[in-house]
Amino acid sequence: MAETPPRILPSPTAVTAPFWEAAREHRLLLPLTDSGEPYFYPRAFSPGSLEPGTEWVEAGGRGVLYSYTVDRRGTAPAFVARAPYVIGIVELEEGPRMTTNIVECAIEDVRIGMAVEAVYEDVDEEVTLVQFRPVRLGQETPEGT
Amino acid sequence: MRNGRRAAISGTAEWVPQRRWDTPMFGLEAYGKLAREALDDAGMELGEIDGILCTRLGDAPMFAPAAVAEYLGIATNFGEVVDLGGANATGMVWRAAAAIEAGVCDACLCLLPSVPAPPQPGASARTQNWMMGADAWGAPHGQFDAPYGLINPNSHFAMVAQRYMYEYDLEPRTLAKIAVQGRENALLNPRAIFRDQPITIEDVLNSPMVVDPLHLLEIVMPCSGGAGVVVTTLERARRTGLRPVVVSGFGEHITHKSITYAPSLTQIPIVAAADRAFAMAGVEREAIEVASMYDCYTITVLVTIEDSGFCAKGEGARFVEEHDLRFSGDWPLNTHGGQLGMGQGGAAGGMSHVVDVVTQLQGRAGRRQVGSAERGYVTGTGGCMSEQVALVLEGA
Repeated sequence: MAETPPRILPSPTAVTAPFWEAAREHRLLLPLTDSGEPYFYPRAFSPGSLEPGTEWVEAGGRGVLYSYTVDRRGTAPAFVARAPYVIGIVELEEGPRMTTNIVECAIEDVRIGMAVEAVYEDVDEEVTLVQFRPVRLGQETPEGT
Repeated sequence: MRNGRRAAISGTAEWVPQRRWDTPMFGLEAYGKLAREALDDAGMELGEIDGILCTRLGDAPMFAPAAVAEYLGIATNFGEVVDLGGANATGMVWRAAAAIEAGVCDACLCLLPSVPAPPQPGASARTQNWMMGADAWGAPHGQFDAPYGLINPNSHFAMVAQRYMYEYDLEPRTLAKIAVQGRENALLNPRAIFRDQPITIEDVLNSPMVVDPLHLLEIVMPCSGGAGVVVTTLERARRTGLRPVVVSGFGEHITHKSITYAPSLTQIPIVAAADRAFAMAGVEREAIEVASMYDCYTITVLVTIEDSGFCAKGEGARFVEEHDLRFSGDWPLNTHGGQLGMGQGGAAGGMSHVVDVVTQLQGRAGRRQVGSAERGYVTGTGGCMSEQVALVLEGA
């Protein structure tokens, strides 16, 4: 059995660094188009207009699960050891969709349309991934893990 | 607009997909071997070829059309690298047809070799590129998708299926039927990897879940292979021994790379491509007698049927249940067995659908011949439901 390949982690660029720096502080930052609409992922200019869009807005970190799959085998080598796990697309309250994992939820309980909230996975000192977990009624929103 | 010129497919070449390829060849060698076979099939001479359509090849990663022309020993009037994944084949065919109609060139090779190269002395074995370019420095998907495991097409298409099942009526059995009826066609195709292995709906549903809701038997078997066609003027194609297959309508539409950023997970790019192709051909959907739709997964076929306009939105499952999709059925689809039944010969997988319909329109499908068909429809799907091409093909 080969060694588990290292995790695939983001390498921020000048344009995307504010997003990842905010994630390290457990905040979800979304870029704004020149007309003030939040979008994702961060780009060097507003998609659809090519106008500069350098503003960011702090998002609430809440949304619904738009779609998901359970990767039963690890479709890439770096994920084999984690399988089975949930890959999902979250539609944020602010509108944009993000790729994520659904965590802190039994696989069989994952449903499209479920309310989810951001939770921050500090992978190491430099990288924090934005993950999502179900919103549990009557539960305070913790700061993150 | 067409300069009075029409383009037609003539000869074809196709290798049997193999899990393990016994005779490694460099890309340029394989391109040349396919060229020889396709030209022989058409009864054409190499010197007639003045257009090269290819992908980047292992031994020609840059300037690929020039490298191919030089290696083959010809000069060309049109060179094109196509980078549309599973839509490469259909994308090549319409580009060749458009170039021929525009008068840029007269005869094109559209070839997709996809076999391993001989091992390089001293080099470690190359691993499969799972990252689909996402590991390139700066690639957005390397930052925002890959860390979460959204890399391989499996999970992208699975999320299309999951969302479709949420929005519309679709049961796993219906998707399984697509795999089963494709397999029944494959049983009569000597080039199909699964020609000896019939399956049932229960076999599909009992096969391991790979990416919910897609089971193993709903996912293509990756293979090595090679396939391609010669596209030339209708006038030249008439002077071959084969029935010319006119490329009468085509359309292409690209909306996203990663499925997360698709405008819709359930309304796919083929909508615009099909509308354009049918309008260009002046052909109604009802006139199509044989269809071959890119089937990397069962879900791809179901949504492609629907969004090509063969039924109303949301009626794809009912369409599949109500029709017999076998070559002998009332709505022949993927009569070669589809890639699900034939094996996905790498980049050649998409070409298998072009070859499928051309073979039918030329009356050369043997035991799985649908009868004397005049009009066919082919789709290609690349990336993560990212890019789709529709072709209307007509026998002349």
